Amino acid sequence: MDASDSRPYGRRAFLGVLAAGFAALLGGHPLERVGQLLTPVEGALGFDGWRIYTVASTMPRFERATWRLRIDGLVERPRELGYAELLALPQTSEVRDFHCVTGWSVPNVHWRGVRLRHVLDAVGPLPAAGALRFVSAEIPYEDSLTLAQARLADVLLATHMDGRPLSRAHGAPVRLVIPEMYGYKGVKWVERIELTGQPATGYWERRGYDLDAWVGRSNGRV
Amino acid sequence: MSEPTLYVGRFSRSERTLHWVHACAFLVLLGSGLALYLPQLAERIGRRPLLKDVHVYTAVAWLAAIVAIVVLGDRAGLRRTVRELEWFDQDDRDWLRGRHAPQGRFNAGQKLNAAISAALAVLFAVSGFLLWLGERDTAYRFASTLLVHDWLMWVALVLLVGHLYLAVIHPATRHALRGMTRGSVRYEWAEAHHPKWVRRESEPGSE
Repeated sequence: MDASDSRPYGRRAFLGVLAAGFAALLGGHPLERVGQLLTPVEGALGFDGWRIYTVASTMPRFERATWRLRIDGLVERPRELGYAELLALPQTSEVRDFHCVTGWSVPNVHWRGVRLRHVLDAVGPLPAAGALRFVSAEIPYEDSLTLAQARLADVLLATHMDGRPLSRAHGAPVRLVIPEMYGYKGVKWVERIELTGQPATGYWERRGYDLDAWVGRSNGRV
Repeated sequence: MSEPTLYVGRFSRSERTLHWVHACAFLVLLGSGLALYLPQLAERIGRRPLLKDVHVYTAVAWLAAIVAIVVLGDRAGLRRTVRELEWFDQDDRDWLRGRHAPQGRFNAGQKLNAAISAALAVLFAVSGFLLWLGERDTAYRFASTLLVHDWLMWVALVLLVGHLYLAVIHPATRHALRGMTRGSVRYEWAEAHHPKWVRRESEPGSE
């Protein structure tokens, strides 16, 4: 069988594909540019750059009439906001890249909503308050920020994305947006913000993720 | 009275088991993977934790089954098959250049498909394992793991579509499916498509 004119092209193809794959695994972000070639194909299949990660078996459904956002804990004036009340607060916009800790990003997302620091001022954190715990309607998802992080000017309670009210998959009616941090900190379907002394360990942090999720120079940012 | 149809054995039981384990696992992994990956599907189906378990445990079962078949099956035969797939003679190279050249049990395209599929399988397993591990330990979280896993899916999907077309639809080649289901193919078909193999089979001791 192995005549003298035989060449191991099959083995070379196998090793070549393996080598290319491992180079891509180690090499990182040149791949993202190549990946953009796929964008039209993915678009046709409904892939818009976002991946929808959930931890419960179904996504929470937003009922406008009954929905409330509760802000309580170590505050002077606990409050409950309905959807209309939330929209009546001063609105602001941020156009920022979204980064997921698993390695994908969505460029230039248009967020609209209310600055978290504005909401904080309205409830008046007590001196003992040092952190915020965000509780999702998607049980058992939750995460937290320090008070200083929550006061950053670009942290939003976003009600709109790319010009439209948040869809169910993106956390309707309101999600937390922290542009400088990975997406897992940005709790979707937020229904309660509790002021606490220390940051509580969130859903993913209990599974090994960092409490401070600064994107920094990762995910292709320089 | 018509002549009885002659058949010639093409794929051993081990080869066929390996093929169908791989095929079934791939389809389950593809389905559950797409439901995790495409937003519309993710939204419609939900149940991400369950789908993730299906995806991960199918992958584990797939690898375990492949190891079991190789260990318990016809190892010498499989080793021979691997060697057949690896080596390309002058006829294989001519075939790749689009010329008519007599082919062995596998034509050059089948050999390439097998080699690339095997490499994709290894990469799927490695990148998938890293994704699983990265969720548990940040040290194993690399920026491009997910992209590589997605890319593998696209490449594998293209190969699968071509493979299915040739195995199920294309009139000249679809008889080959019988080889993968029942083990044997019609002698005349084998003589037309894989003459060097049939000739070798009918000359005992020529291997």
